[in-house]
Amino acid sequence: MKADTKGVLTGLHFMDGDHSCCEGLLAAGCRFIGGYPITPSTEVVERFAERIPKVGGVFIQMEDEIASSIVIQGAVWAGLKAATVTSGPGFSLMMEHIGLAAMTETPCVFVNVQRGGPSTGLPTLPAQSDMMQAKWGSHGDYEIIAVSPNSPQECFDFAILAFNYAEQYRVPVMLMMDECVGHMYERVKIPSADEIELVERRWATCAAGEYLTYKPDADLVPRMAKAGDGCRILVESLTHDERGYPVITPQAQKKLVSRLVNKIKNNAHKIYKYEEYKIEDAEVIVVSYGITSRVAFKAVELARQKGIKAGLLRLIVVWPFPEKKIEELAAKTKAFVTAEMNLGQIVLEVERCAHGKAKTLLAGHAGGTVHRPEEILEVIEKAISPNSSVGIWEL
Amino acid sequence: MEIRIAGFGGQGVMLAGNILGKAASIYGNKYATMTQSFGPEARGGYASSCLIISDEKILYPYLTKPDILVSMSQEAYTRYINDLKEGGTLIIEEELVKLEPEPKNVKIFKAPATRIAEQVGKKVVLNIVMVGFIAGITKILDKEVVLKAILDTVPKGTEDMNKKAFESGYEYAVKNLS
Repeated sequence: MKADTKGVLTGLHFMDGDHSCCEGLLAAGCRFIGGYPITPSTEVVERFAERIPKVGGVFIQMEDEIASSIVIQGAVWAGLKAATVTSGPGFSLMMEHIGLAAMTETPCVFVNVQRGGPSTGLPTLPAQSDMMQAKWGSHGDYEIIAVSPNSPQECFDFAILAFNYAEQYRVPVMLMMDECVGHMYERVKIPSADEIELVERRWATCAAGEYLTYKPDADLVPRMAKAGDGCRILVESLTHDERGYPVITPQAQKKLVSRLVNKIKNNAHKIYKYEEYKIEDAEVIVVSYGITSRVAFKAVELARQKGIKAGLLRLIVVWPFPEKKIEELAAKTKAFVTAEMNLGQIVLEVERCAHGKAKTLLAGHAGGTVHRPEEILEVIEKAISPNSSVGIWEL
Repeated sequence: MEIRIAGFGGQGVMLAGNILGKAASIYGNKYATMTQSFGPEARGGYASSCLIISDEKILYPYLTKPDILVSMSQEAYTRYINDLKEGGTLIIEEELVKLEPEPKNVKIFKAPATRIAEQVGKKVVLNIVMVGFIAGITKILDKEVVLKAILDTVPKGTEDMNKKAFESGYEYAVKNLS
């Protein structure tokens, strides 16, 4: 499916990541946002509220983030593409309904422009410390997808990617921006509508009487029907069968929740996205994502200038985590340095997947500003020193 | 090339940075990254736009040692003067900034930007006069490229006044240099 021309602001722009994200959401066909504006994400909804009347759609400023994260799911079941936009404190409040979206398989996008935490923390300064929360924040077993842009251009591109994943797999997708990317201005190229490929919602094709809300296709993803189209729909948060009727048994739980997890795990090889730089002969591989990955790129260049064989694995999709890729690289390289703007989150995944075959070090940062390239370089140098051992984290 | 344009909120320093960034990255065939820093006040607090212009992809997004400091308020001057690179360029609005403390080892250019803006028509075009002055002094971007970015950015109906503001600032700089 191609994008709707009305929502696509084709051309070259010098804009910040928040505005660019808004344009990405519009280009993806998002026609509903329920939000509770919060720094540093406010500009996304501010622009959306201004743009959406002309494009055709709705913005509602809700009473809080709890309401925001549920109102969008109503819009999705009514047939729209919908998103909400927030930052850490609001993201915390949305956790319950991220679980609801996972359980009811409601495709929607949660934009989190991360700022320093915990609690209200650093409203105007960046962090990447909600990465584990994005994956594990709601209770129960489920899988989500999270993507991490490192430029205003990618805020546009990945807003579309996020919606495409949401529709493809019927999951809530997290667009994990940060304050730096959100408020940074760069050139953004918005292509014409017919150059933008969108994944259409997988509508039911069976006769209305035969439709089952949670009967999956072969790839474990069920089809949706619009409310009012004649199909019986039951959007159920209790453990349910294919009809959506609550079934409170271990058997039903196993069947449903395994599918919720496996529809992502089994398709993970199609979801993973990463960039590699000078990885072939690398003895130290820096793993990074979001804004930090740009600084990590610089650090790798500095290391190469010093004769250190360093490389970069830049994660675009952070969840699902590219387990196999890390396993493969662990067998070939000597050490991983995970560079992230938190005190140790994705490094845990790297450590898990390295299975002790390579050293795993953290180049952490408490947030408030991005790493200096030299700070990452220092950890790269530590990684190749014979004295450093497996699993050393120095903050 | 790192440029900091600093003043107080409401003077249009963000728009000035935005125009130069747009000129560089959309019309000037270069890369540009702009970040901002400002105080909590809507108006009157400090504000600064931080612009990097480069022929190569910009990786680290913040300023490290600015080559150019444009100061449009006293607070901006005292706050940022020590960050300026040795041998760097200091541009000030001469009626709003006193050089106290005296800067060492920098090239100083003074512009009566507010006066010029008033002559052009309105004090609000002060930032565009400054953009003209910066373009004239530093020559980092072609005059036409910057003008294009200005006309592309300012509200409809104000193009003539802004064009005049830009050209007055530019000409003052060129005269000042010779």
